[in-house]
Amino acid sequence: MAQYKLVRCTINGKKVEQMVDVRASLTDMLRNDYRMTSVKKGCEVGECGACNVLIDGECFNSCIYLAVWAEGKHIRTLEGLMSEDGELSDIQQAFIDEAAVQCGFCTPGVIMSAVEILESGRDYTDDELRKLLSGHLCRCTGYENILRAVRKTLDKRLGKV
Amino acid sequence: MYDIKALYEASSIEDAIKLRLEYPEAQILAGGSDVLVQIREGKRAGKELISIYMIDEMRGVTLDDNGDIRIGSLTSFSHITKNEIVKKYINVLGEAVDMVGSPQIRNIGTIGGNTCNGVTSADSASTLFALDALVELTGSSGKRIIPISEFYIKAGTVDIKPDEIQTAIIIPKEKYTDYQGHYIKYAMRNALDITTTGCSVNVKLSEDKKVFEDVRIAYGVAGPIPMRAKTAEEFIKGKNVSEDTAKEFSLKVLSDINPRDSWRASKAFRQHLATELAYRALKECVKLSGGEM
Amino acid sequence: MVVGKSIKRIDAFDKVTGRTKYTDDLCDKSAYIAKVLHSTITHGKVLSIDVSEAEKIEGVIKIVTCFDVPKVYFPTAGHPWSTDESHQDVADRLLLTDVVRFYGDDIAAVVAENEVAAQQALRAIKVEYEEYPFVLDVEEAMSDSAPLIHKNYPNNILGHSSQSVGNYEEAIKEEGLIKFDNWYDTPTVQHCHIENHICYASMENGRLTVVTSTQIPHIVRRVVGQALSLDWGKIRVVKPYIGGGFGNKQDVLYEPLCAYLSTVVGGRLVKLDSSREETFVSQRVRHAIRSHIVTYTRPDGTFVARKLELFSNQGAYASHGHSIAAKGMGCFRQLYPCPNVEAECYTVFTNRPVAGAMRGYGIPQAMFAVESQIDDIAKGLNLSPLEIRKKNLMPVGYKDEFSKNVNYFDTFNQCIEKGKKYIDYDRKIEEYKNQSGNIRKGIGMAVFWYNTAVWPISLESSSSRMVLNQDGSISVQLGETEIGQGADTAFAQMAADAVGLTLDKVNVVSCQDTDVTPFGTGAYASRQTYVGGLTIKQTGEMLKMRILDYAGKLSGIDAAELDIVDNNIITVSDKKFVMDVAKLAITALYSMEDSRHITAESTYQIKSNAYSFGCCFADVEVDIRACKVKINDIINVHDCGTLINPALAEAQVHGGMSMGIGYALSEQEIFDSRTGRTLNNNLLDYKLSTFMDHPHLEAQFVENAEPTSAFGTKALGEPPACPVAPAIRNAVLNATGVAVNKIPMTPHVLFEEFSKSGLI
Repeated sequence: MAQYKLVRCTINGKKVEQMVDVRASLTDMLRNDYRMTSVKKGCEVGECGACNVLIDGECFNSCIYLAVWAEGKHIRTLEGLMSEDGELSDIQQAFIDEAAVQCGFCTPGVIMSAVEILESGRDYTDDELRKLLSGHLCRCTGYENILRAVRKTLDKRLGKV
Repeated sequence: MYDIKALYEASSIEDAIKLRLEYPEAQILAGGSDVLVQIREGKRAGKELISIYMIDEMRGVTLDDNGDIRIGSLTSFSHITKNEIVKKYINVLGEAVDMVGSPQIRNIGTIGGNTCNGVTSADSASTLFALDALVELTGSSGKRIIPISEFYIKAGTVDIKPDEIQTAIIIPKEKYTDYQGHYIKYAMRNALDITTTGCSVNVKLSEDKKVFEDVRIAYGVAGPIPMRAKTAEEFIKGKNVSEDTAKEFSLKVLSDINPRDSWRASKAFRQHLATELAYRALKECVKLSGGEM
Repeated sequence: MVVGKSIKRIDAFDKVTGRTKYTDDLCDKSAYIAKVLHSTITHGKVLSIDVSEAEKIEGVIKIVTCFDVPKVYFPTAGHPWSTDESHQDVADRLLLTDVVRFYGDDIAAVVAENEVAAQQALRAIKVEYEEYPFVLDVEEAMSDSAPLIHKNYPNNILGHSSQSVGNYEEAIKEEGLIKFDNWYDTPTVQHCHIENHICYASMENGRLTVVTSTQIPHIVRRVVGQALSLDWGKIRVVKPYIGGGFGNKQDVLYEPLCAYLSTVVGGRLVKLDSSREETFVSQRVRHAIRSHIVTYTRPDGTFVARKLELFSNQGAYASHGHSIAAKGMGCFRQLYPCPNVEAECYTVFTNRPVAGAMRGYGIPQAMFAVESQIDDIAKGLNLSPLEIRKKNLMPVGYKDEFSKNVNYFDTFNQCIEKGKKYIDYDRKIEEYKNQSGNIRKGIGMAVFWYNTAVWPISLESSSSRMVLNQDGSISVQLGETEIGQGADTAFAQMAADAVGLTLDKVNVVSCQDTDVTPFGTGAYASRQTYVGGLTIKQTGEMLKMRILDYAGKLSGIDAAELDIVDNNIITVSDKKFVMDVAKLAITALYSMEDSRHITAESTYQIKSNAYSFGCCFADVEVDIRACKVKINDIINVHDCGTLINPALAEAQVHGGMSMGIGYALSEQEIFDSRTGRTLNNNLLDYKLSTFMDHPHLEAQFVENAEPTSAFGTKALGEPPACPVAPAIRNAVLNATGVAVNKIPMTPHVLFEEFSKSGLI
């Protein structure tokens, strides 16, 4: 028999609660219960990064994270980045400006990894950035323009340009 | 949606042990990066699970009064790497687990899960072998502490009793003091990969940096479970620090290891890698120790 | 004018906010879930399927087996249909098959209320097989003792063709010729778009609607009709945004099965979402090709006679079939025109996963063989790899008699010069001479041949529609698809210029819906900007004429004296403002006297094709004892004519280079020789390059406007993937002296090669 549990958490700053099937992954919960279409399914085993979200400030593949573990957590998805009045965050704008978007399927996950990097307040070498972004597979971009978008945004935030 | 028969969530170590006894068939679930994947594959589908992931008392790295380092079994790889105690005393472990999969996997993956899996490719395991780590298991009658070499029984099987869970990994003070360690993960790509062959070396040089006082070398994927190369270790003790010693040492490992042919790599290639990695890791340890070759 | 400007992608905002809707995002959550049962043998016959246990599982709605489906064979290749029967694709697929031809063939399907029930049912189905011997290798498959995979194809040969120029046998008698005789192997690789294939189907008013992640919606409609024996007009195919395709989705995949499953549950909504494992095994892969090239050359490097034998591993079903090998053969003959050529190619069924279209369509394989041999010859003759290429490459003015393609420009030399300069070729060639030690550096290059679109092999036409809205903006529809490459943005730029509008006045309807979208065959053959550009220009001019005609009526000025520039109607002679298009649009539509909905629609058929050439230079570092290659620097230079959008063109090249790097060094599907199973059917074991496996990727261009093209543009989608692997291979040769004749050059391969040559 199906087993359900009440899960209370914060999603993009908003407190929510939802009865979830204990068999559900966080991807299932975010996509089905909250219609968060930025959370993508690419492999469902934690190898592609398309379902990446921030949980308490760290990146996780939501496909291999049980929804019930979200209890008490602060979850952030790409939907939370744009301001209420529709202004894009700097990293989203950089992805547009640097032509870092192609099919767009890996984009939400990569941007959320970039958010964790940018919010660390630290500087990184390009090699370090590559390592921090290495949980995302992308077949369209060769990673080149994605790296450039993250680099430029990081430099701007650190006041280097 | 995972095919899970029932999920029991443990809120404390005590609770977990109670659930273990109550549901003897249930599989323990830590971070899930292996178990959930196996459920999806169908291998463990339809099973009961005991989730210990929410037991926060099993997280964190502490320095015991006697100087031993204690790592809670649910500490994630990324938290091990970032930990100040680890950085100061056993940086090699932090570096080793920083080579697991990807940042996301290092955030969900736990050192307890990595070792309880019993797989030879676990990036933490060879370094824990090289550090002579101890495994703490907690059961209904209390704690049991065993060397990691005894914890691994055979491929996929570790020594956990039906009423136990693994609660910590302990690195004894005498095993890390004055040692320098280096781990090399050899894989087919630079991220998101499993180890083809992993080699972890710990070196203690004499005060004048001229003699190998002690060397411990361990491998992943050189046999069915992580293993030490004892012949090579015995050989090098007391030898002068030199290119020749390093070369000879690296060849000695061949009498200890037992890699097999698989589609992931041939036996001959793994043997070649084992010697090459032994040489490179040893050399790096000498450098870290302030010695010269 | 916006053509030629690096404007931002028109779909980027939605993509960076996560609101772009892909197929799964659109599917109603009430959908039934379909899952396919795949064979666990490689070759044989299904004797029986016991579904009794599976049917008892709560939530299971319907189980269909290979014994239940109609025995209607259909083709799957994303080719334009041909009304000439002899030119039609091979129809060898059933919805579900009782004859198993590869490990992972589709033998039954479950429809359930949810995913878990569907998966449980798959595990509960019991299948009894009769097993036959299987064959994975092409040469073995061609032998007389090999098991026959399709009964009408003796020796498993699906296709065989040959070309001949001059007299090879006579020519090789010339005294003093030097012979180079080499074999080159390329692997089975997969597209690895990050969105797996997904589709859903339901019935409305007696018609089937299929929403699918495809490159070719109009072709999907035809094939669903063929597979289900339905009139094609009874089927509506909708293509939303898709998460990459690279050729896998230029085949009809599970759309017919999904549509069929909807029909057996009363037309209810059924979703068939493929797993990554299914993507690797049960959809399409790139043909593994083995090439044998013999070249007779004079000591100065002049080619006298050349021979090619090419063996293409088709896998279990025909799909795109022989066209891939044939394209490779055409490239061989043309790239280095030689007075005496003999070439033949075979496409051969094996029990591997089905090979279909993949970015480059036979040319990455051909380039690996051809460009590797050029360096082998250069080394053998002690000539510079550049010198020997310049001596033999297709000259300016070359015309291919079959395709009528003309090499109008000195593209090769221009591209090579750019590449040389960037990589600092001359200096590095000197620097890397006489290296010893464990780490050795090398530099290598390769050129590539490509052509645009599919004429004269198949139909080449494209249709578009433009509708003038009340505010003076236009909506543009094409059958050609956005698959991530930026097609919609390029179309918008071309439409704006064709009509005389600014970009903000152009709305490209991204989604194709075969009920309303004009006919177009879709994203393949790097054709869309070329062919789509022609129809856009034609329709745009028609629309403009209609606008000006009405403007003439309103203004009293002869329409021939009017033009549209930046949304304004002006006079041609003195550029005087007459009225803006917005004013005209609203006046025309709501006129009480002469109301007109101003629209235009046209089809442009071409009987031309265009060469698209370029090169790659790679600078590598080989750690010999670690058997690893690190790329330190790499550049692709392309002449794809006039760039419509330089920033997007550059991005397109990066992606192709990345695919080429994986092809060179790490990617391959590995098959168990005992069972025929694909061992690495996931993104962990299949080594697609990660962020950490790339250096900076440099993309540069030479822009020679293509004369046959509306906007001067030609193929760019596929070419970037073509020259990379041989360039890297030639760099490894330069570094180590070891000629590696198979890719991927994994550590396993390099260990063997370096051991053989005594380097380790």
